[in-house]
Formats: sequence, C-alpha cells, structure tokens
Amino acid sequence: MIPQQFAARRLAVLILLSLLFAASAAQAHKPSDSYLTLRVEASAEPRQQLLVDGRWDIALRDLDFAIDLDADGDGQLTWDEVRSRHADIAAYAMPRLGLSDGCRLSVTGQQIDRHTDGAYTVLLLQGACEPGAPFAINYTLFADLDAQHRGMASITIADRTQSAVLGGGHTHLAAGADAGSVWRQASSYLRHGIWHIWTGYDHVLFLLSLLLPAVLGKGWRAASADVLRTVTAFTLAHSITLSLAALQVLSLPSRLIESAIAASVAIAALNNIRPLVQGKRWLAAFAFGLLHGFGFAGVLGDLGLPKDATVLALAAFNIGVELGQLAIVAAFVPLAYAIRRTWAYEQLMVKGGSAGIAVLAMVWLVERASV
Amino acid sequence: MKPGFMACAALACAAFAAMALPLVGVAAPFVPQSGTEVLETLPRRANAVDAALRRQRVQLAAAPLDPSVAAEAAQHYIELGRATSDPRYFGYAQAALAPWWNAAAPPVPVLQMRATLLQSSHRFAEAMRDLGAVTRADPANAQAWLTLATVQVVRGEYDAAVRSCGRLSSLAGQLASMTCLANARAAGGQLAASERLLALALERSAIASGGKTEAQDASLRGLQLWALTLLGELASRRGDAARAEERFRKALVMAPGDSYLLGAYADLLLDQGRHAEAKALLRDHLRIDGLLLRHTIAAQASSLVPAPTMPANVLPPAPAVAGAIAELQARFDAAARRGDAIHQREQARFELHLRHNPRTALELALANWQVQKEPADLRILLEAALAARDPTAARPALAWRRQRGLEDGTITLLAHQLEGGRI
Repeated sequence: MIPQQFAARRLAVLILLSLLFAASAAQAHKPSDSYLTLRVEASAEPRQQLLVDGRWDIALRDLDFAIDLDADGDGQLTWDEVRSRHADIAAYAMPRLGLSDGCRLSVTGQQIDRHTDGAYTVLLLQGACEPGAPFAINYTLFADLDAQHRGMASITIADRTQSAVLGGGHTHLAAGADAGSVWRQASSYLRHGIWHIWTGYDHVLFLLSLLLPAVLGKGWRAASADVLRTVTAFTLAHSITLSLAALQVLSLPSRLIESAIAASVAIAALNNIRPLVQGKRWLAAFAFGLLHGFGFAGVLGDLGLPKDATVLALAAFNIGVELGQLAIVAAFVPLAYAIRRTWAYEQLMVKGGSAGIAVLAMVWLVERASV
Repeated sequence: MKPGFMACAALACAAFAAMALPLVGVAAPFVPQSGTEVLETLPRRANAVDAALRRQRVQLAAAPLDPSVAAEAAQHYIELGRATSDPRYFGYAQAALAPWWNAAAPPVPVLQMRATLLQSSHRFAEAMRDLGAVTRADPANAQAWLTLATVQVVRGEYDAAVRSCGRLSSLAGQLASMTCLANARAAGGQLAASERLLALALERSAIASGGKTEAQDASLRGLQLWALTLLGELASRRGDAARAEERFRKALVMAPGDSYLLGAYADLLLDQGRHAEAKALLRDHLRIDGLLLRHTIAAQASSLVPAPTMPANVLPPAPAVAGAIAELQARFDAAARRGDAIHQREQARFELHLRHNPRTALELALANWQVQKEPADLRILLEAALAARDPTAARPALAWRRQRGLEDGTITLLAHQLEGGRI
C-alpha cells in the first residue's frame, strides 16, 4: 500500500511538472518558416481541369512584423486582433504565393495552429486551374523582410507528393516534374493515347469487326494487304477528325458522336453476319473512322492540351492511339490467320462474335441516345 | 488506493498527451473559443529599442540601396539576434543586405555585416573570404580583425588567430586584445598563462572604467562580459570548477539572460552532477534549443532512480522528459526540413545523451567536426566515439588534438580512454 501511495504522489508531481514545462517550452526560437500543403487533382466532370485545395500556415509573429497585427500594441496577439485582420492577411499573403496564370486560389477560411515556435494562422485554400493551365507557384512571401524565411511546400499531385523548400534563390515550384519538360509531357500524352484505345471498348470492337472477316478465304499476302488497307484507312480518317476537333476547327455534340460510334460498331458487326459492304471494307473503315476521331478528340479535350505544346501533344496522343491499335492488330491477325479455316473461327468467332458485338453495340446505342 | 493510482496514471498520460501533441505540431487547426484568447506573445523590446527599429525600417524603405543605412540596420538586427538568440533577426539583417548579398565586391560596411551573418550561419569559409576583403580594404578595422580571429579559433586555426589578434592590439584597447589572444592561445600549454593575463587585464579595465561616454561604456561592458565568460571556460577546462563557477556567476549578474553564458555555466553544473541547479538556471530559457537540451539532460538525470544494475537507456523517460525530447526532436526536424545543419553539435548531444543513439550521435559529431573545432565539438565527438565503441572514428580528431596541443581536462580523460583502448 505504502509504495503505491508514494507512486501516486510522485506521478501527481510529474503532471504538475509537465504542465509547467509545457507552458514555458512550447515555443522555440527558430528561423521563420511557413508550411504550404496543397493537393492538386484532375476533376472528372465536365471538362478535366485541375482542382486545388490545401492549407498554408503562416506564423502570426511574421505577419505582425509585416502588417502589424497587434492593434493595441501590448505585445499580445488575441484572436480578436487576428480575425479582424483576416482580409488583410489574405490580401498580403496570396499575391506572394505567385500562382501561375490560369490558376486561382481563394481563402475559404482562417484558423489557428501551433508549431514549435508559436501560433500560426492557417489559410484554408481552394481553387482550380483552367483546363490545360499548368499549376505552378512562385513563392515570395516575406522575401523583402526576412531573407532567411522559407516556405516548406508539400504538393500532392495524383497521389505523388513532392516537397520543396522555397525562398532564397529557389522560389519556383511547378506541379509535377511532367510539367517541366515538353518531352515528358509528350510521352504522357502518348501513354494516354495507347491507354485510350485499349480501354475504349467501342474502338477495339469496331476494329475487330473489320478484321474478323479480313483473313477469310485468302492467302497471307492478300489477307495482310486487306488488313493494312483497313487499318490505314481507319487511322487516316480518325487522325483527320481528331486534329480538326482538337484544334477547335470543327466540333460536334458529343452525344451525337458517341451514339454514332455505337451505331458504327453495330453496323460493322452486322455486316459480318449479313454482308452489305464487301471488298470495299477500307472505305467503311475510312467513313466510320471519321466518327471515331471525334470520339478521341473528346478524350483529349477532357485531358486538356498544353498551351505551349499543342501540336506536339496532339501528335503524341495520335501516335499513342496508333501504337495501341497496332498492338491489337499484331496480336489478333496472326492468330486469326492461323485458325481461319476452322469451323470454330468461321462460325463461332466471325458470326457468333460479330453477333455478340452487334448486341453490345446496340445496347450502347440505346444508352447513349437516351441519356 | 488502486483506483486512485490508476486514475492518476491516466491523468498523467492525458497530461502528457495534451502537452506533447501541440509541441510536435500534429494537432489539427482550430478556431479559438474566445476573442480575447491570447494566441501569441510578440517579442517585447524596450520602447526605445522598438522605436529605433521602426525608424530604421522607415529609413531603409526610403533608401534601400544606401550601403551605410543597410549596414546599420543589419548591425542592429544582428545585435538583437545575438542578445535574444532569435535567428529571425538574422533573416531581417540579411534582407537589409539583399541588394549586395550575392555581389562580388560590396561596400566595406556591407561586406563586414555579410561576414558576420555568414559566420552566424556557420558558413565560415565564406565569412573568412569576406573578412579578408574587409581587412585588406580597411586594415584599421578593429572589429573585422576581432571577428576574423574568432572565426579562426572556431576553425582551430590558432596561429592565424594569434596573428589577427596581433593586428587588433595596435587598434583596440588592452582588454579587447587580451581576450582575443587568450581565446586564441589557450592551447599548446599556454592555457594557464593566458588565463592569468586575461584576469589581470580584466581587473585593470574595471579600475579604469570611469569617465567614459555611454557608448564606450556599453562596449566595455560587452568586452568584460566576454572576458569573464571566457575566463570561466578556461578555468573549467583547467579543472578549477570553483573558480569557473565564481566567474560565471559574476558574469550572470552583468547579463542574466545571455544564452551562451547560461549554456557554459549549465555545462559546468552538469559535469558536477548538480542537475537540480542546472534545471533551475535554465528554466526560463527553454525557447533556445541548446538550453532546452541541457535542461532536458538535467531533468533526465534527476528523474532517474539510481539502479546500478540497469543501464540508463533501459529505463523509460519520465513524462516531462519524454515531452521535452519530443519537443527537441520536433525542433531538429523543423531545422532539417529547412536544410539547416547549424545545430549538429547540439543534435549529437541530443542523440547521445537523450535518445541513446551513439551511432547517430557519432555521425553528427563527425560532420560537425568538419565545420567547427571548438573544445565542445571535440568533446562530443570523443564521447560519441566511446559510446559507439568506435575509437577508429575518433582517430583524426585525436591526432588533431595532439598536434594543436588543445588543453581541456575532460577531453584529456576521454582521449586517454580512447587511446588506451579501455572501452
């Protein structure tokens, strides 16, 4: 009993000590820092733009040095003194964040947080960048007053976080290393192109519908020539409309386009079961390719084209689409050629497969036309 | 009895958690409950100082390209920064010098302030480059020679420092020259003699201090404080703790809040195991990292129940100590995030004595040794090498010590231990 009582008393003393300690040790002397945490995300709807939100912690002491928050001059900053100057704080700080053109951030509120050296105002930020506008900042907070002030920036883009110490000679931070290099940007559009053709089932199924009968009843030479003609015609056509739409020379309502694409898939598939167009398959590929190009352009519009490298990004996206398409052709055609004389291929794959595609496409057509 | 004990333990945990959370900065932002709640206490200066600072800011804003206005403002901020150990003032000073910060050949007053700022951020080589330029352009600049000598001592370049003090002696008073020299020559068997000479010079300066202007008086007091602090350190290095304490106490009467002095005195108390006194000495100065560090070391030592069978690092630290350790860690992390490495000596002590990571401490101490070579830098390096059982790592520093003839009782003991292989 006695040792326990002793232990209890000893702990009580420790509590007191820790509270006393907290009161005096809570604030360190340290150089001036601000803490900027931002999250940049691409919005899904309606057009893909960058959405930005986050917080920016700035020491009250530093703000007082810059714009004199201590209204009564007693050396104590109260919450009233701080909140009566919220507008001034935002007006002082935000221009010094140096947001890039096309982006805007507004202060949705201010709170308080504590760091090792005292109380900070927390600017809660929300904003967006126009489609295609890259996110970047040019940090100059307190640069004229305190040359050793630094901004500890942590920016998360697409779940990748980059940190930087801003200030002094290094004030610029662009969102994502991608934004820095034109070639990296191009490679990113290239990947988008490949990805889009692989995950855009309507385009893949349209292509397959054209390719399924191309190997029937021919030798390798004739079959590959037919495939080549078809694929080239499709490519040429959709490149034309993709470019026209992406450069905003031509634009059509996306609902119409999407419905027409679904219809094109259905027609191509049905043509394999009850042929209407034969021999001139490349012509159909070209005509319908024009439609599909508008579809690709819709995706590219969502991604946004960089203002400084429009043509390069467009070309990269287009090449990506072609590469993705070639990969599908390269995987499918030799296989189809090898088994082209079997019953399974002629009946099951060409007829049955086409019927399946046609049904699926008509479901899409109904869905897209009625949305 | 038992529920009471449990409640008490829970309370202790709660108190600790409540304390530790805001300290390490993981709390969510909040809206204060009352408009009258005090959020921040601003640095309070005497009204006259504040008014002078404001005037200077106005002047500087009106003529930002005037080198003498800028240098004067910078000097004012540097003095404030030193007096309060608050590094923000160094940032203000640097901002005043911004037009010339990267210039190859700024005007002399600007160059001198730039050197001082470079020195305070431990960029010693650049500071010496600037000081070299100042002393070439203005060989009668006593302050520049003194600053140069100080940097040379920190880098362990004692012969060069003695030469700089020699230049100073023809330009400045006796006390300044003697302090400069004692600082530079407390090596190679000259420690006791330097100490005696400096003590004499200090006595004479006290007698001759009548009939001076206010500015002269202030600068003399500054010199006397420096001399007294140095005398205390020299006595401590010689092993005369009583004499050292007497001098530190005298100096504290002159400058009760001088953080360098407080640190030196606290180290003496820690070495003597007077932990309660060390804590009391530093209690009101925990904003300063180096003093919070010593306070926490003292608190840890006094909270440990002596248990000879258990090494210190097995016992969990008391809540107050754990909170202070978390706070120190947060401060070191904040510095590291900035890319600052000027606290490596303190951080090595932190890792060795509070976190019980001798390996990390040794790495920090070795990195610190590349930058500065004061006795305290050598001491933490040897202590860490001993604790990490890695005498090889200390070999270059030990060779350096033999070559320079650095005198310091504690360091001599550590060196014997490392060299004798008794680990």
